[in-house]
Formats: sequence, C-alpha cells, structure tokens
Amino acid sequence: MYLNQFLLLSAALFAIGVYGVLARRNGVLVLMSIELILNAVNINLVSFAAFRDSISGEVFALFVIAVAAAEVGVGLAMILLLYRNRRNIDLTEIDLMKG
Amino acid sequence: MSVYGEMAGLDPLTGGEVVVAQNIAFGLIAVIMLFSALRMVTTRNVVHAALYLVIVLAGSAAIFILLGAEFVGVTQVLVYIGAIVVLFLFGIMLTRGALGVDEEEKGEQRLMSCLVAGLLAIVTAGALINTFSDAELTRSSPSTTATVGDSIFSQFIIPFEAISVLLLAALIGAIVVARKD
Repeated sequence: MYLNQFLLLSAALFAIGVYGVLARRNGVLVLMSIELILNAVNINLVSFAAFRDSISGEVFALFVIAVAAAEVGVGLAMILLLYRNRRNIDLTEIDLMKG
Repeated sequence: MSVYGEMAGLDPLTGGEVVVAQNIAFGLIAVIMLFSALRMVTTRNVVHAALYLVIVLAGSAAIFILLGAEFVGVTQVLVYIGAIVVLFLFGIMLTRGALGVDEEEKGEQRLMSCLVAGLLAIVTAGALINTFSDAELTRSSPSTTATVGDSIFSQFIIPFEAISVLLLAALIGAIVVARKD
C-alpha cells in the first residue's frame, strides 16, 4: 500500500468538511462537519505512524479523539443555549457583534 | 492477532495477495466514505446527516484497522460512534424544527464554499502527489494495544494528564453553559 492513497483520501474528506463548515447554516451540522475535519486529520496521523513504523502518531490520534469529544460537548451546550434564547440555530443570523 | 500474524508471515506488507486484498478493501472503504461524506454535507435532513456521519466514522475505523492501528480503531468506534453521535442526535432532537424545512443555502454562499473547498483539495492533492508519489507503507507488523499503552504512560504522560484536565474542564463548562438557571 502506498502512503499517498491514505493521504489523498484524508485530503478529500478534509475538503468536504471545509465545504460543510462554510456552506451549512444549521449549527449542529457545522459541528458535524468539524468532526469530519478532525477525522481526516486522524487518518493522516495514523497513516504517517504506519509509514514511519512509530507509535507516536497513533497516540496523538487518540489525543485528537479526546479533544474532539470535549469540543462536541461544549459546542452542543452552546448551541442548546442559543436555541433556548433565540429559538433559532441559524448561524448566519447570529450577527450581534457584527461591526 | 493470530490471523493477522499468519497473514504477515505468509506475505509481509510489500507485494503479493495480501496487498491486493488490502487495496481492494481500501478502495471499497474509500468510495463508501467519500460518498457518505458528500451526502452528509449536502442532505437536507439533519438526522440523515448524522447517520451518514456514522458511516464515515465507521469507515475511518476500518481504515485504522487496515493500517494496523487496532487500538485507535476500537477507540474510534467506542468514542465517536458510541458517544459523540449519540450526543449529536440529542442535539438534533432538542433543537428540532429550529430551521424547519427551509434549510436553503444561499446560492452564492454555496458557490463560494464549493470554490474554497475545491481549491483546498486541489492544492493539497498536488502537494501530496509531488511529495509522496512513491512512498510505501513499510510497517512490518500491526501495533498492539500494549505498545500504545506503554507509550502513553511513559513518553506521553504529560499530554495525557493535560487531556484529562481538559476533559474535566469541558465537562464542567458544558454543564455550566447548558443548565437552565
């Protein structure tokens, strides 16, 4: 197996995740797209760990998974708060601090 | 381990039937993952998007197993599919109807996002093809959970403790932000 096939898959997933973050307006969907991006990064880390025959990349992938879990918890709490206050989770309408 | 070990003994990761089987598996998984990811970011129904996310996450767990990282693959299934997706489903249900059926992206916004994502993909893919065009994976045997554990609790003990504190802080923060009063 070549290293590049994994890296290209990961790059494609990353780009799809970026599209999701930029194009979607639903807050929950934006968080899901961020998970997609983090997942692409994890595939990169693990394939480089396999490439270099070292364990460090896998350990960092585990750390990324833990950070992603924390991020989703706080992010969803914020979206719930937003929903409770405004009855709306459309991210394009949250422009209170727009100059 | 035994099956994998026999496969490795039969034929290491360079050349032969094992590599063909691995490439077929990779192709299948990659196609399924890319299709599901595309559907996830384009579908109207938010619950369907969460289910497509499950397929993508399961696919990347399979990729981890294919790369010989069994512990990361198992953790991916446990933490992502077991916990994070359930959290997402709760989030979707609690905010149901907030956007309704009118989740119509503005055409201009969609076009610009497409442009940015496409440019990003092209630039990244070009750089990767330029740099790693003939780098082969040389791992001789899959990494075991024991080596990962040894590594976490010796070399990476300080990041591990930092992650623990971060998780605690995120837990408390989420409760404080989301509680009613």
